Amino acid sequence: METLVSSPAWVKERRDAAAKRFADVGFPTTRQEDWRFTNIAPIAEAQFAPAAGSFAQAASLVQSVAFPGALRLVILNGQFAAGLSDLSAIPKGLRIAGLRDGARDGTDGLEQHLGTVFSIDAHPLAALNTAHLDDGVAVFVASGAVVEAPIHIVTVTGGDGKAVTAHPRVLIVAGANSQVTIAQTFIGVPGDTYFNNAVVEVVVGDGAMVTYYTDQRESERAFHVANIQARVAAKGVFASHAFSIGARLQRHDIGIALKGEGADCTMNGVYLADGERLMDTHTSLDHAMAHCTSHELYKGILAGKARAVFNGRIIVRIDAQKTDAKQTNRALLLSDEATINSNPQLEIFADDVKCTHGAAVGQLDEEAMFYLQARGLTRIEARGMLLHAFAGEVLEGVKIPALREQIETAFFSALARDVQLKS
Amino acid sequence: MLLEVKNLKVRVEDKEILKGIDLTVKPGEVHAIMGPNGSGKSTFARALSGHPGYEVTGGQVLYNGKDLLDMDPDERAREGVFMAFQYPVEIPGVNNAYFLKAALNAKRKQQGLDELDAMDFMKVVKEKLKVLHIDDSMLQRSVNEGFSGGEKKRNEIFHMAVLEPALAVLDETDSGLDIDALRVVSDGVNAMRSPDRSFIVVTHYQRLLNYIVPDYVHVLSDGRIVRSGGRELALELEEKGYAGQAAAGAR
Repeated sequence: METLVSSPAWVKERRDAAAKRFADVGFPTTRQEDWRFTNIAPIAEAQFAPAAGSFAQAASLVQSVAFPGALRLVILNGQFAAGLSDLSAIPKGLRIAGLRDGARDGTDGLEQHLGTVFSIDAHPLAALNTAHLDDGVAVFVASGAVVEAPIHIVTVTGGDGKAVTAHPRVLIVAGANSQVTIAQTFIGVPGDTYFNNAVVEVVVGDGAMVTYYTDQRESERAFHVANIQARVAAKGVFASHAFSIGARLQRHDIGIALKGEGADCTMNGVYLADGERLMDTHTSLDHAMAHCTSHELYKGILAGKARAVFNGRIIVRIDAQKTDAKQTNRALLLSDEATINSNPQLEIFADDVKCTHGAAVGQLDEEAMFYLQARGLTRIEARGMLLHAFAGEVLEGVKIPALREQIETAFFSALARDVQLKS
Repeated sequence: MLLEVKNLKVRVEDKEILKGIDLTVKPGEVHAIMGPNGSGKSTFARALSGHPGYEVTGGQVLYNGKDLLDMDPDERAREGVFMAFQYPVEIPGVNNAYFLKAALNAKRKQQGLDELDAMDFMKVVKEKLKVLHIDDSMLQRSVNEGFSGGEKKRNEIFHMAVLEPALAVLDETDSGLDIDALRVVSDGVNAMRSPDRSFIVVTHYQRLLNYIVPDYVHVLSDGRIVRSGGRELALELEEKGYAGQAAAGAR
């Protein structure tokens, strides 16, 4: 491809190194600890064609998730689509670049940060993404800038019925004491089969505040893999809120490295699966420095024969005294055949720390169901109310009303689909 | 006839608790069901509400001429049957006002009425709160979560006042109430008495019936109604206790 040839040398080097790494390790198998419960052989065996150009429903899909008041960046089949984006109101202190054009033009900060936030060695599919490094979007927030409007990154994937693969890439760099809110929606044509393999890197500068919403609503037959990795400097604040409703198989690796003293992070999420779908969330919190705090809360809802994997790793390194880390993972199983493998993984090397974790798996409270029904709500209404209450704590974290409404609507239509599947 | 219970038999797990209940309730009447622990009073209330743990093994219940036992619990509620729970369930994360609005609108929809919006709903609710001396803050709390025993029972009566049932079943609403709370709850019930609303008041103690004066009193023993009478029967029970009632009834 011509575009690949024209890439600068540093891009080629990073791409080649990643390609070599992926060639060495290949697709992970269930023999590896991190992939024990998630068999991605269907991805490895399928012949996904590289996605190219656009597809028929791309523009209407983008419109269906767009919300007013946001700057919109569209990644279409892995490529930055300026024509579908809305950059009409870029405020002072904010720079936005397509990765390909940015690399060609020598955009300041790109070479310095792209591919440097985390090591791909432990993440084979991130290596696969980097091996295809070509385009995507980069967002730079200048030191001290407070960006009021949310930045909405719409990741849309499809191939007009052809099973395609794309490797979307996002880089966010928030300068010292800056503030920015980003929402990333993943969407495709319902019923389409494709493989979307995303990497998001976030650099949170000293005292910066970054909020990142992930709204995964891929086709229910899509394979969705994403690495969302942040590095947080001293007194920086990073919050990740991830909502996963779509995909036949999801694998999220969400990692936050607290690399400066006094940093704070939130890592919350809700996932919902029905049918025979699989939701795998691997979170990693790296407390590298002292006086950092982390709050992690995940809620899962599983119906039908759905499966979930939750692995919550917290590393507290020897220098990370006075760490305060809290992890909670709760799941509701709505059927006898739904399952979850939940695994907290605490590795603590400092001695003066506070680290708590809790996991609970349960069913809907039948006495509460009866109470609601005895006041006139149907079983489906009562269930929806209880599930909404269960997820509410995390949903309330979405501070963009239009986005929250979209997520809640998608949440309830997924629940309604589960009811139909059963009857 | 509002309610006709004919030879109702109910099993809980493997045990037959109700062994044939007959009861007829006309519009506007207040019936008290009394009896010692284990006599089946609460089982009767819960069977009427359609609790899935209570299996009807025989008999018939007609409500406005329709087969009540054939209806799901939510259908019964929308048709105007209300049950005030002995142990109201705590539901964290579900806002009391939001839930009650959904319940009221479910019923209105059934009756072919327009659903109330938030403003109209609040108008209805504020009025009822005043009558029941309930603080507004109860609306914005999660359903029954962290409520005291008295608050829970008051919340039940509040739900009843808003939903305006044709038949209200109060399952030991007096248990765990101090005298002030008992008065508030009773005043709430009395304010709702009307020619087109009936009550079945299940209680262990005569005390409640000093405040909610029944038209009829029935004594339950070992799954059967062994005596029926007017209000004076409750007073007699208070004096003599439940012992010997089965025998008295058999005479």
